[in-house]
Formats: sequence, structure tokens, C-alpha cells
Amino acid sequence: MEFSFSEEEIAFRQEVEDFVKQELPPDWDDRVIYWPGGYGTSPQMEDEFQDVSKDFMKKLGQKGWHSLAWPEEYGGQNSNMKQAIAGDVISYYRAPGGGVATAISAPTILLAGSEEMKQEYLPKIASGEAGFWLAYSEPNAGSDLASIKTTAIPDGDDLVVNGQKIWSTGAHVTDYAWMMALTDPGAPRHKGASLIIIDNRTPGITIRPIINICGVHSFNEVFFDDVRVPKKNIVGGINRGFYNVMLALQFERLIAPSGTFRRVLEELVDYANENKRDGVVLAKNPRVRRKLAEAAIEIEVFQSFYWQTAWMLDQGQVPELEASSVKLLASELGVILAHTAADLLGPYGLLDKGSKYAPWAGRVALGYLDSISGPIGAGTSEVQKTIIATRGLGLPRG
Amino acid sequence: MDFELIEEQRILQKTAKDFLKKECPKELVRSLDESEDGHSPELWKKMAELGWMGLILPEAYGGSEWSFLDMVILLEEMGYNICPGPFFPTTILGGLTVLKAGNEEQKKEILPRVCSGDMILTLAMSEAEGWVEPISIQTKAEQQGEEFILSGIKLFVPDAHLAHKLLIVARTSDNQDPAQGLTVFLADAGADGMTINRLKSIARDKQCEVVLDGVRLPAGSILGTKDHGWSVITEIMRYAAVARSAEIIGGARAAMDLAFDYAKERTQFGRPIGSFQAMQHYMADMWVEIYGARNLVYQAAWKLSEGLPADMEAAMAKGRAGLVGRKATITAHRIFGAISFTMEHDLHLYTRRALAGDMALGDSDFHHEKVAKCMGL
Repeated sequence: MEFSFSEEEIAFRQEVEDFVKQELPPDWDDRVIYWPGGYGTSPQMEDEFQDVSKDFMKKLGQKGWHSLAWPEEYGGQNSNMKQAIAGDVISYYRAPGGGVATAISAPTILLAGSEEMKQEYLPKIASGEAGFWLAYSEPNAGSDLASIKTTAIPDGDDLVVNGQKIWSTGAHVTDYAWMMALTDPGAPRHKGASLIIIDNRTPGITIRPIINICGVHSFNEVFFDDVRVPKKNIVGGINRGFYNVMLALQFERLIAPSGTFRRVLEELVDYANENKRDGVVLAKNPRVRRKLAEAAIEIEVFQSFYWQTAWMLDQGQVPELEASSVKLLASELGVILAHTAADLLGPYGLLDKGSKYAPWAGRVALGYLDSISGPIGAGTSEVQKTIIATRGLGLPRG
Repeated sequence: MDFELIEEQRILQKTAKDFLKKECPKELVRSLDESEDGHSPELWKKMAELGWMGLILPEAYGGSEWSFLDMVILLEEMGYNICPGPFFPTTILGGLTVLKAGNEEQKKEILPRVCSGDMILTLAMSEAEGWVEPISIQTKAEQQGEEFILSGIKLFVPDAHLAHKLLIVARTSDNQDPAQGLTVFLADAGADGMTINRLKSIARDKQCEVVLDGVRLPAGSILGTKDHGWSVITEIMRYAAVARSAEIIGGARAAMDLAFDYAKERTQFGRPIGSFQAMQHYMADMWVEIYGARNLVYQAAWKLSEGLPADMEAAMAKGRAGLVGRKATITAHRIFGAISFTMEHDLHLYTRRALAGDMALGDSDFHHEKVAKCMGL
């Protein structure tokens, strides 16, 4: 057992840190509203940050820092630990980082894609130039992904896609849909769906914004009317969609804003030390001390699973339980920190971005709202727990 | 980072599992729980033969010089199986303190007998205000020539009734700072003026009241330096908190395993109850909480083994483990339903100990406060 990093890993961390500090705009901290654990305040969604985000993603790509976990033959360094370290540092500075492309599409293409598909998409994902949006959910298919109705019917060399996706986070600022659709609508549940890559520019796609409760345009409704997609865009074999989705799940869960959690806690500790309530420094209030200590322990627990997942992946092990714990704890941590912050800031915690007296660009107020999305998006906490119990521990399904 | 045990550790763990399963069946645990002493000399002898008492003591005193992390692995299994007896107070509260603070004469006198199983030790620290802060230590040790006269009452002393020697924390001088002026003494259990009474704890761990009424101790019985005992205690508490946390986590794992097996087998409404969401969520929460806390325990144990600073890590481990142990056992009862609310069922053996574990060596409030201090609040 060992709970420390190698000299190489420490040097790498420093390299990433120096880079991020240098490349982010100097006023980034005063502008970015990102709250960790939620899905609604990412800087990559907002118009205001589009140019900076895209530019930053490209620069990370130039360093090879989107593909650290990939095999060497595809430009990677075979190291999930290094990817986890990079993610830890990038998230500490609330910088733009990994998303669907790097966390879901790339691992799945690596595991299941054809050589042609790998050559077509991996370089673009590695360079940070291609963004993907997750086209899974539909109005009648959220947690129950198998109930999707969007079809992709084979027709010659193409598939013809008809249907509607919702939530579709970032569809308006990315390039490709990563879609689950029914290539065999008559087949039994789980056996008729395929994973398909669709270029956003394909005729027949309509994107309509949905504004989330933080006031951010992150969500969309996306309509597909007779959209023609080449069959070669199917990932990992026709009608094998669910199987391929499961394959990549463990990698996806390493995208967790580990650094941001620590950053928020540091900011809360500073705030408690520097501010008084009714004549008493907040940091001397026993309830404040207890809550912040609890948050610190919760972060430490989460962090242990984060490193453990990365380590297990590098060992060739399957971190079923550990990776699920990362996602579950990250979502709940976002809530814990948001409520701890709200309690600490009192009425100041209500102040929105742009208001006089608003601490930290209104991050706490918007974060309180955004933290609601954490336990819901990318697999609800309830579903996560069921997966842990059944797939993870082996309890019988209902 | 490395989350795996090495071969020797795996062997230690397996040996411990097999031995404890065979030698500490629940019948023995129950009968010792009911007994006055709570101690089986036969079991104790077998453990000594395995080298467990001297696991982390130097070879010079008959030990095998394994690391603290190795001891934590062993203690986790003791918690999982419930190993009755004074192992923890003897090896950690007593043995480790003598090792760290004793002079050569004291170490030579005591440690080889700890290794051979011939000496049982404990530490008498807490007093009426409970807890583990120096301000609550009022027991006086008045110097008279070459002797010290101890007066006061110690409470919640584990296995004092079995101990051959007690390590006693007493106040040798007054000081504005209550952490100054404390001294650790080594006293024979039968000393004149010392009365030991067992308290009746629902955990069936034999916690004792130790009344000191003019107990005379020679200057040579001081462990470490007069008036500087608290720094010794602070150091030992770090190890003890982590070691105890390992026992707690072992017990929590056992409760979880019991509940898991039951959830798979018990049927109601025509299906295993483990197929119901509420049960699944309980189990998932349990796993995440237990194994999360376990990671913290091993992280702290590793740091202590490496001689690295571990104040925060040790406090996080104990603060968290105590709560996790309680929650896991209580939740397991919810999964079992009424059947585990009987003496006949094994779960309560763990439930009782989980509460004792949380309260020992500082409760979660105490350790969260330590964390807060370490965070710079």
C-alpha cells in the first residue's frame, strides 16, 4: 500500500499547474460561476466563455492532455493516473476540461470502434477540437434509457434518423452527437439500439435551447427529421448499443471535479476565518467548524475513490464499485458544499452574479441551484445506488 | 499510489481470518461477554504463539518488527470476527507507549513479557468529564521525596481488571496550560490504595473505574519525563485512534456482510428482499461509507508507518469510522427486521461494539474539531 505520488507524477502535476495558471485569463476567478458536482454552470456552455474555452481545450490538446489514458499507439501515455492528476489540477482552477468527447466517446471508440472510426475521430478528440454531446435522453426515456423511441432505420449505406432528444447538454456548442437510437425497433429491450456518431451539421437537425434554473443555456431539445447518417458511423456494431455503453462507464466516472471541491473548501475556510457574524469570527463557531470538518472528510473519502479508480484502471482491474462511488460521492459532495456554503454565507449566499456584495461572482447562489443537478444528471444517485447494489455487490434485481 | 497489500500482508490477513474464525466462534464471544473477566487465557496464549502481541515491537524485546500498517490489517480482522480480550489495550495503549516513552530498563522489563503474552497492560486516562482533553485530568500525583502519591478516579479504563500494570496519566504540577504538568506513571495493578471496579457497559467490553487513594509510586515508575506526559499521550493517541478505527471498520464490514447474505435469501412478497430498492440503497450506502472510511484508515496507517505527519489523517479516520460503524450496524438491523432484535441473533454483538468504538479515544465531535484545527480554522 502506498498513499503518495511518484516524483514523475509530482513533476507532471507541477507542469499542468504552471500551464493552467499561465493560460487562463487573469480575471477568470472573478468571472467563472462553475459549481462542482452539477451540470448546469460549466464555462463551456456560456457565450461569454466560448472563445476562451475552445482555445483552452485546443491548448490542452496540443499538450496531449486529453488523451493521457489512451494507448501509446493512439498518442496516449497509457496512464489513467496521469489523466486523473491532470483533471485534478484543471478542475482546481475551474478551467475547461474533459467532457463527453474525452470521457465517453474516446474510450468507447478505443474499445469498440473500427480502425477507420479511430482514425477519423480520435485525433480530433485528442486535439480538443471535436466536442461531442450525449444524445441519450428523450422526453420519455431518462433513467430508463431502454425506452428510447428515436429510430435509425437502415436504408442502403445509410441510417435514417427520426426522433427527439432532450437535455442534450452542450449540443449547441459541440460538433457531434453521440447517440443511442433504435436500429431495430422490433427487437426486445436492450437488443435493438445502436451507438451512432452524427455530425451536427447534417441536414434535418434542429436545436432548440432550454435554459436551466441557473439561467444558463446548457440544455437543448434536438429534433431529427429524416437525418441521413452513414452506416460506418455506428460505433462497435449494429444493435450492440447497450453493451458498448456499459463498456465505457467506468472510464466516464473519472471525470469528476476533484480539484474544484478542494478549491471551494479552501475558499469557505478563508471566508470563515475572515468574516464575522454577530461579533464572532465564523471560524470560531463550533457548528461552522464541525460542518467544514465534515466537508473536508467527505472530500477526502471521495478523493480516495478517485485515485483508487485511476489506479485500478491502470492495473487492468475493473473498478465497478469504486468508479460508481466516485460519481455518487461527487454528486452528493456538490450538494453538501453548496448547502454548507449557503449556511456559512447567510443572506450573502443569495446574491446573484452582478449584484453588489455578491461573494465570488455569485457562485454560491447559482451553485446552490446547480447542485440540484448533480444527483440527477449522468445517472441519478438512486440509479447509482441500485447499480452498486446489483451489478456491484450482487443483490438480485427487482 | 498503490491500493494492494504485499504478499506478507496477505498471508497475515489470511492467517488472522482463519485463526479467528476457528478460535473465536460467536459462542466463545458470547460466553466471554457474559463472564466476569471477558478473557480466555487459552486464546490469549495461542495469539501470543502466533507472535501477534509482539507484531510491531522490536526484535530486541522479542517482537517481529512489522509495521503499524500490518498491525492495522490484523486489528481489522479482529474487529470483523470479534476477538475478545485485552489485545488492544495491551499492545497499543500499553506496549506502544512503553516503546515510545520508556527508558531501557522499563522496556526490558515489560516488552518481552508483552510479546510472550505474560503481561497485560492498559492506559488509565479519562476521568469524570469523560473524554480525552488534558483539562479534564484532575488526578493528582503529589511528589513526596522520591515518591509520588496518586489520588483521583479514572474511568472507562479498558480491561483494568486484567492488567498486570496500568499506565496512569496524572497531574504532577499545576500550570496555566492544562496540557503541561501531566505525567505518565507505570503502576502495578495490585498497588496499595488502588481499587478496580468493572463498569457495566452494553458493549460487554470490560471498562473499569480505577480509584486511586494515596497510591505510592517510585520516581522510577515515570514513563518519559515528569510534566511532559501529554506529548507522549498525544503521539500514542494518533496510533490508537487509527488502530481502533480499523477494528470499527472490520466490525462494520461484518455487519454489512451479514445483512447482505440475509437480503439475498430472505423472501417477502414473493421475492428476495434484496431486490427491493430501499434495501439496495441501504446496502449501497453501507458499502460506499465503509470502504470510503476504510481508505481513510489505511491512508492514516500508512502515513504513521512511514513516519509522516498524520494528525489530520488520523482524526479524519477516527471521526469518520466511529460514525460509519454506528450507521452500518443500525442500518443492518433495518435490513434484518425483527429477527436481529433478539439476543440469539449475532448482529447486536457488533452494534454494541460500534457504539463503544465511536466513544473510545475521542468521539466524532472531538476528532472533527481536530480536523477543523488542522484545516486552519
